[in-house]
Parts: sequence; structure tokens; C-alpha cells
Amino acid sequence: MLSIHPQALRALQSHGEAAYPNEGAGLLLGRAADGHKTVEDILPLDNQWGAEEQYHRYLITPQDMLRAETEAARRGLDVVGIFHSHPDHPAEPSGFDRDWALPWYSYVITSLQQGRAIVSRSWRLREDRSQFDEEEIET
Amino acid sequence: MTTIRIPTPLRPYTSGQAEIAVSGENVGAVLADLTTRHPNLKQHLYNEAGELRAFVNIFLNEEDIRHVRGVETPVQEKDRLMIVPSIAGG
Repeated sequence: MLSIHPQALRALQSHGEAAYPNEGAGLLLGRAADGHKTVEDILPLDNQWGAEEQYHRYLITPQDMLRAETEAARRGLDVVGIFHSHPDHPAEPSGFDRDWALPWYSYVITSLQQGRAIVSRSWRLREDRSQFDEEEIET
Repeated sequence: MTTIRIPTPLRPYTSGQAEIAVSGENVGAVLADLTTRHPNLKQHLYNEAGELRAFVNIFLNEEDIRHVRGVETPVQEKDRLMIVPSIAGG
């Protein structure tokens, strides 16, 4: 279960719309306890993948992660997941998403159709890395 | 002993520990010691070919080891290592 404040959900969808037709991405800041995560805020980031492939790729550099971890810690929060958009594709993880994923994090994917956010779904990688399982989003 | 910091998503494989004391004369040896102490970490740090996964970045005193000598980078006892993931997808 992933709880997201409606404003945070709308903000991550808006970030995807602003990045369209490229992919937009950022981090979910919040708290985790007993398998339940609560997203309190989002940290939108610039897509650092090469410009010509941003339509189907996103990258958050380790330098951005270091800064985000520092910012989260300053606010008493943790980085609990990652969000990104799928322009004109379903809100489901790709094989490439799986190759790069880590367990424990929640991966919120927003599907955009013609520039508008249609739906956001959250996924977690299995510990054996074999596939993602969907987790319910509660707003 | 050297200290290595574990990112949040990998702490379930270190019994919840955020920082672990490890030993080794270079980064590769330190990581080998770490995965011997916590074997379940291995599949998330290394790919099937035994290479560090693309998203695994090792910082030695806040410098990316790729900019030094990679896993051959020497490690001193007072050094501080961090595993920092880069996040990507499609």
C-alpha cells in the first residue's frame, strides 16, 4: 500500500505533462513503516538521459540522489520511491525499468495520452528481480 | 575497518543496518567482504557476469570510484564509502 497526498499525486502527474513528449521523473519523499509507505512530498528532477532518447528513457544521477537524500534527511523524511511518466504508453513497467530497478522502492508510473495524465499506478520489484508487482495507491 | 553506507532499499539485506564496518585493501575487496557478511546483497550489486550493476555507484569520501581506479581504488581505514544508486528506466 502506498499512500499519496492528492496534491503530491497531482504534482507528479503535472511534472509528467510538462515533460511530454519526453519522460519526466523525480523522487517520492516520505516515511515507511511495516510495509506501508506514505508519500508526503515529491522532488521533481530534470531528466538527465541524453536529450534524443528522453522520449523513452529517464535518468536520475547519483549526484542528484545524494542531494535528494540530504534534502530528505534534513526534513526528517526518506526517499521512498521514484516516479516517472510513460508518454503514450500504459502505466506499466518495461523490461528496461526492471533492469534498473531496486527492491523496496515504490515505482509510480503515470500514463500520458496526448500530453494529459490518464492514470498513475505503483509497482515494486520482487526480491528475486524476476518481475514487478502492483501495489495499491491510496490518496 | 572502513565504513560503508547502505542505501535505504538495500538495508533489508543488511538486517536494517545503515552503516557497516568492512575490511579490504581496495574497493573490490571491501565489497567482497560486505557481500560475504551479507550474501543476499550480492544479486542487487552484481549482474550475472559478476560486474557491478549499471545503477550501482560507489563513492569513496564523496568521489565516484569510476573517476579514480574503479574497484582497484585503494581504501584506507579512515575512509568512508557510500553505495548510491542512480535511477533510470524507460
